[in-house]
Amino acid sequence: MVDRSGTPLVEMQNISISFGGIKAVDDVSVDLYPGEVHGLLGHNGAGKSTLIKVLSGAYHKNGGQIRIDGKPVEINNPRDARANNIETIYQTLALADNLDATSNLFLGREMVTPMGLVNDAAMEAECRKIMGQLNPNFQKFHEPVSALSGGQRQSVAIARAVYFNARILIMDEPTAALGPHETQMVADLIQKLKAQGIGIFLIDHDVHAVMELCDRASVMKNGQLVGTVDIPDVTDDDLLSMIILGKKPASAA
Amino acid sequence: MATSPSQTLPAQAPKSLFQKLELDMRLLGMIGAFIVLCIGFDIITEGRFLTPRNVFNLSIQTVSVAIMACGMVFVIVTRHIDLSVGALLATCSAIMAMTQTQILPYTLDMGLNHPATWIITIVVGLIAGTLIGAFHGFLVGYLTIPAFIVTLGGFLIWRNVAWYLTGGQTIGPLDANFIKLGGTNGTLGESTSWALGIVLTAAALWALWSARQARARHGFSVKPMWAQAVLSGITAVAILGFVAVLNAYEIPQRRLERMFEARGEVMPEGLTGVGYGLPFSVLILIVVAIVLTVVARRTRLGRYIFATGGNPDAAELSGINTRLLTVKVFALMGFLCALSAVVASARLSNHSNDIGTLDELRVIAAAVIGGTALSGGIGTIYGAILGALIMQALQSGMAMVGVDAPFQNIVVGLVLVLAVFIDILYRKKLGA
Repeated sequence: MVDRSGTPLVEMQNISISFGGIKAVDDVSVDLYPGEVHGLLGHNGAGKSTLIKVLSGAYHKNGGQIRIDGKPVEINNPRDARANNIETIYQTLALADNLDATSNLFLGREMVTPMGLVNDAAMEAECRKIMGQLNPNFQKFHEPVSALSGGQRQSVAIARAVYFNARILIMDEPTAALGPHETQMVADLIQKLKAQGIGIFLIDHDVHAVMELCDRASVMKNGQLVGTVDIPDVTDDDLLSMIILGKKPASAA
Repeated sequence: MATSPSQTLPAQAPKSLFQKLELDMRLLGMIGAFIVLCIGFDIITEGRFLTPRNVFNLSIQTVSVAIMACGMVFVIVTRHIDLSVGALLATCSAIMAMTQTQILPYTLDMGLNHPATWIITIVVGLIAGTLIGAFHGFLVGYLTIPAFIVTLGGFLIWRNVAWYLTGGQTIGPLDANFIKLGGTNGTLGESTSWALGIVLTAAALWALWSARQARARHGFSVKPMWAQAVLSGITAVAILGFVAVLNAYEIPQRRLERMFEARGEVMPEGLTGVGYGLPFSVLILIVVAIVLTVVARRTRLGRYIFATGGNPDAAELSGINTRLLTVKVFALMGFLCALSAVVASARLSNHSNDIGTLDELRVIAAAVIGGTALSGGIGTIYGAILGALIMQALQSGMAMVGVDAPFQNIVVGLVLVLAVFIDILYRKKLGA
């Protein structure tokens, strides 16, 4: 069980965003504790990705507040998010296809030599180290990532998120493009990160995956929060009816 | 782009000779095409194409376009285009022409050929070019107007700003020191050229060696020793051979006499066979090429330029300020246009109203022939320079052979399209 007595790692309070008069996210509040996996569920267009992009700095919120360790923070761009140890694995992976794995891993945070030039050899050594832990079969360090398979690309994106001592990890459908073996790899990784006290927001379509991996789940529909439930208290069907009907099950408080 | 698979792979495919050398096949193809072109023209012209004199002229004719092509690589890599480089060159050239022939000598009363004129002029020109380029970048990056439109507008505007500034007149002769940067009027001389050639060779060999050492230190595979030696040998021969050819082009006797007269000296009896050596303009191009290659490969700025070209969204999400990056890339382009304006106007020793006309097309063609992908993310500085060389060799070779002017342009156009087609086939085969 996750200890939820202390200060939450992240509190997103009353977040709203509109795009041209349409409220994509409408007054939604969610929080995340250290060592917790918090699932975000909902149909396409329910607003879960949009909500989470506020936290990762990709979108600007129109209203609401974000607190980290209880302190209010301003996240205006991805740099701010990274400065707060928030790392994101995007659904699109956000890799520069023409660069190799090492360059992508360190993109925006390159190691430099004393002369201020990028230190490719040192970065490649670090990249080999982290990839060795995550995906020991990975060998294509010198090819552009466009030449990699879906699973290999995914592991580069995951390596980038976990290498820099993330405290808050956002995973936007991390297993969408993966085969069963790689999906298991991601599940194992989530357990490992959880044990290190990292808080994870996991966006997923798959109710079973959420039931298996998450401690809590929040369901969104039409930009609004249907409810947040403890996973041990609910069934697959409860979650499905929340997603489809937008009704909170009676069994969950 | 290294082609070798990692050393830890259990079953390694036997490597071909080229893989062992870890050479870029694309680069080899271009160099091969260039050599075939040169030898072909040399045979047709019965040995007139590959003379020291023609190599010298070819070099100084290529510099202006090649300098701008280096900047165009970055512009195209970030998925933009700059159609205004020829016009911007004209404006910078006009500003510098007015500065050195009107403002400094008369308005500021420094007199003609003041020793500081050339450097003040160049600084003024470079600042103007950089500011105009940065303004283009601001319009593209922050106001999100497509680069095609911004620079199409710029093409009209700067061409005619140049016209307005000079009243359409040819401005000349330019400052005596300034025109030394154009080519024939300013060369390093034989011994300095040799010295520089040796320094450059040593630097190149050191760079190759230290790259190898860095890889070895981290336990990565390195190419075999003999391959390293062959590559180093080719590099040394290429650099020193180029210097030797430029040194072999002798200054005409009467010109030599005038040079001594200008310095107030008497030419020693029996002095003959003094070579030109490396022109200052070519030296400028070499410096630009080295600096920009380092920027592209070894700096964060370069890494961000390529990342943005590969995936602008990913670059943005990685915390790269892609808007500011656009401003920097266009500012650099403007700076290089001004530098080209120095070389181009100094070579002609005056500013003419049509300077740089159609250069935008030559520059884009050079970058594209040199392997820069218009879809962004891919391109090299040395490729662009080779592209500029190939175009110039083609053009002046055809002129020497006596191909009619319209056919010259038709051939250059065909070569551009063909080069891109071959590139597409090559990339498909590579699956990259």
